[in-house]
Amino acid sequence: MNSRSTPEQVLAATDAMRWETGANLHDSLMEAIYTDAARIADRAVSRSGTRPRFDLDRSIDRLVTSRWLGFPFMLFLLTAVFWVTIEGANVPSGLLADLLVDTIHPALKGLAAAIGMPWWLDGLLIDGIYLAMAWVVSVMLPPMAIFFPIFTLLEDFGYLPRVAFNLDNLYKRAGAHGKQSLTMAMGFGCNAAAIVSTRVIDSPRERLIAIITNNFALCNGRWPTQILIASIFIGGLVPAHLAGLVSAAAVVSVAILGIVLSFIVSWALSNTILKGEASAFSLELPPYRPPRILQTIYTSVIDRTLIVLWRAVVFAVPAGAVIWLLANIEIGSLSLAEQFIENTSFFAILVGLNGVILLAYIIAIPANEIVVPTILMLTVLSARLAGVGEGAGVMFELDSEAATAAVFQAGGWTLLTAVNLMLFSLVHNPCSTTLYTIYKETKSAKWTAISALLPVAMGFSLCFLVAQVWRLLEAG
Amino acid sequence: MSAGATPLACEACPAHHAGNLIKLGINMSKWDYVVALAGNPNTGKSTVFNSLTGLRQHTGNWPGKTVVRAEGGFAYQGMRYKLVDLPGTYSLLSTSSDEEVARDFLLFGRPDVTAIVVDSTRLERNLNLVLQVLQITDRVVVCLNLIDEARRHGLKVDERRLARDLGVPVVPAAARRGEGISHLIQTISQVAGGQVKCMPHRLQSEPPALKRAIDQLTSRVESAFPDLPNARWVALRLLEGDRRIAEAVRSGELGTLSQNSFSVDAIQPPPALETPS
Repeated sequence: MNSRSTPEQVLAATDAMRWETGANLHDSLMEAIYTDAARIADRAVSRSGTRPRFDLDRSIDRLVTSRWLGFPFMLFLLTAVFWVTIEGANVPSGLLADLLVDTIHPALKGLAAAIGMPWWLDGLLIDGIYLAMAWVVSVMLPPMAIFFPIFTLLEDFGYLPRVAFNLDNLYKRAGAHGKQSLTMAMGFGCNAAAIVSTRVIDSPRERLIAIITNNFALCNGRWPTQILIASIFIGGLVPAHLAGLVSAAAVVSVAILGIVLSFIVSWALSNTILKGEASAFSLELPPYRPPRILQTIYTSVIDRTLIVLWRAVVFAVPAGAVIWLLANIEIGSLSLAEQFIENTSFFAILVGLNGVILLAYIIAIPANEIVVPTILMLTVLSARLAGVGEGAGVMFELDSEAATAAVFQAGGWTLLTAVNLMLFSLVHNPCSTTLYTIYKETKSAKWTAISALLPVAMGFSLCFLVAQVWRLLEAG
Repeated sequence: MSAGATPLACEACPAHHAGNLIKLGINMSKWDYVVALAGNPNTGKSTVFNSLTGLRQHTGNWPGKTVVRAEGGFAYQGMRYKLVDLPGTYSLLSTSSDEEVARDFLLFGRPDVTAIVVDSTRLERNLNLVLQVLQITDRVVVCLNLIDEARRHGLKVDERRLARDLGVPVVPAAARRGEGISHLIQTISQVAGGQVKCMPHRLQSEPPALKRAIDQLTSRVESAFPDLPNARWVALRLLEGDRRIAEAVRSGELGTLSQNSFSVDAIQPPPALETPS
């Protein structure tokens, strides 16, 4: 070979040689690698003494991945985590609201009046934008600052792969990839991040299933909605000392329903538009490692809590402005917001929700975090409550859950509305960031549209069904 | 570290590795060497990455946490290093897109040094990847991580023996506690600077006929694409009937891949959206 070979010659030589090397070249090569690796490892590793009789890792695994106890243990752990979050977040949330809403907000209003700011600018900036931010910070920061470190500690300890191990078999039966359980677990933090993490799934078919169904993992934008509504309506049904536990159980039920829905939808997809067999994979259960507590708390506060909070604040700013405008621009004698609420109320009541909730979900498409403040604000507005809130288009934090409950009751809310709001919060379109991520990952408008529309259709159907059954039972 | 308490003579001494390490975070504009961090999933690559760069790439105890590559930098003894944290991979022969990121970077990103982080408690399985990497690049440092866990399980790993058998330096470490990191930095700099020469292990159990075929085809590939850094691997893939590689040979794309060491960006999935995890 004195002259340079051309690519064609290389390929021709390849074809000639492949006749000689045969078809099992890959196997014999892998065999060579495995043989060498085994020999080298064997020479380098020695075991000192006998194996300890009690193996802690094995014992823990026997409990948490047990056929019978695995799932109850998972439920127990989840409930405990939410219970601690709900109970622990109450007090700091109240303190933050006192500071940001009850102290700083009037001070800002006073300042604006002192410098003679026009009413519309003062309303837009302070009642719209500032209050939206203040609300998001006081409602979201405390639960996140408790929930994320606990979740990260569990992750650091090595519990997540065990959850995946428990769910793997169910996903396989649904025709999906077992690794979907891992991406699902990531979705409990943030759906958009979880969509990126579906890259661990090799098969495009299974990856699409994982992407479409990831929305059924409650993300941290929706936890506060679930926690607040559960505390007010479900926790309110039982004596005070049980309220925290019962609310936590309600939130866990919704989360579990999400997992069940992801199985059902995966199964339906893999038997219709995404037909195919589930592929096998190996899931390594890593050893348990004692979590580094201080470091974990530090990184989860910096990396997760503050980033998520920042995103919520960024989206709350324009949303606060939009709400204020909708509530203050009038056509005829009614504001835009009131017109929307009146015009959609027939449909909304049919599905056991109300026009306020529908409008709130449209305003909150950019970020689920601001659904509850929007609903509160719009409820006050449409019910024309005197003495609560501070005027049209003002987002506010009520002093107590009792006061919040009073607003809801005045707005015509029932237990059915609350249950359906929790369900709809679980089953509706992904937020705009997630949709954008889905588009970037799939590069397909079709699959992005399916990911958005399928959950909306399912959410309305689910709420409609619940409303009809509920009313039948009530009548009977 | 209080500057007043440490005598200057210590700081200047090459043995004082940690003192010479300057963590650069992501402020990397120029670099002298590129170091790739490879390894099986969940062996602590991101932990090593963080302790070298001072970044806080999210770490977690589960396989598959890193799906895109992360980059950071550090400076040591006046040289600037760019460190690339790759997604974990069991093998270089797989097809999922996160593992392809790792494979393509090792093949076409031309790292000056590849540090392979291995789990001491599962050495045999980790060595499968090490041996595959040694097929395509010479300048390798093996970081024998999680040595503390191995100790706890009553395992003893003879790192000298291992280094002799693999033909590349082996550094025991417990990255979570910062043990062995300074030794790792020193070894990486010695391999990058050429003070330590690697004589990587060649497969001994390879059938002779196969070895002959690979050698022949490798020289063919080398002659067609003189700049290609890993002709042997390409030859192997061709013999295995990899259509993607055959297509890259036919279209000449293989040649352009080797022209620019960072054209790797063209063949990897789109970068992740800036989202909280």
